[in-house]
Amino acid sequence: MGKEEILTVPGRYDQIQVICQFVAAGAREAGLENDDVFHVELCCDEATTNIIEHAYGAEDVGPIIVTYEITKETYTVTLHDNGRPFVPDDVPEPKYPKIGSVSNGEALDDILNSLQIGGLGIYFMRKLMDEVYYTFNGVQGNSLVLVKNLAPEDHK
Amino acid sequence: MSSPQLSIAVESMKRVELITVAGRIDSSNASELDDALKEVIKSGKYNIILNLNGVNYMSSAGLRALVAALRECKKHRGDVVISEPSQRVAEVLDLAGLTVAEAPLFKVYDKNMAAVGSF
Repeated sequence: MGKEEILTVPGRYDQIQVICQFVAAGAREAGLENDDVFHVELCCDEATTNIIEHAYGAEDVGPIIVTYEITKETYTVTLHDNGRPFVPDDVPEPKYPKIGSVSNGEALDDILNSLQIGGLGIYFMRKLMDEVYYTFNGVQGNSLVLVKNLAPEDHK
Repeated sequence: MSSPQLSIAVESMKRVELITVAGRIDSSNASELDDALKEVIKSGKYNIILNLNGVNYMSSAGLRALVAALRECKKHRGDVVISEPSQRVAEVLDLAGLTVAEAPLFKVYDKNMAAVGSF
């Protein structure tokens, strides 16, 4: 039987740290090491920012409900909002600039301008989490599920 | 300029501005870093060293500020380099592909002295 905890906060950037502390505590309880705990925090931070920016469009529009569940095999964080649909898959992966031996100032500027910092949050989630799920329900809103697999030795 | 979670100190040196940042950078306060960088650039200083040794946490919001500053400085033939990044900052920069060995967008130095010497 997994352990589950829930946290509800207003959708504001100053709540990111509260969410981070919440999911970090769960991650540690699940037996994850510091690096993985940081990865979970970072992903939840980015997810929260996306919720406020894209699903709600602004701060203080709606709540963010964060739950975590610990099972033998996984640590799962779910972030839920009541905002408009925001599909992470629609966000393209950031393009990495190929600077190489660029000495032409204009070319470098093009590269810098095209650098997509905006999609980095999703990219981090896909890279750092073992699974990322997204569902949208017209009544229930967006749910983003982040899963971190636990190694057998993670269990306390 | 600082808030409870973030401190930003600017030191003017001969050829470069050394900006020492400490604390936590996320979406709630990245604008402070952004504003500090913009202020330095607005004053006509385009060579910037960002010491990030004391930054214990940084999300893509912080990266956004760094890239924006780099863009402006490069336009004026300047540069923004990173000095003494904390482990977390180094990891986030690397994850974002900003410091790939072959073609880093940001040069990274182990010590302020080396960063100063690069200008």
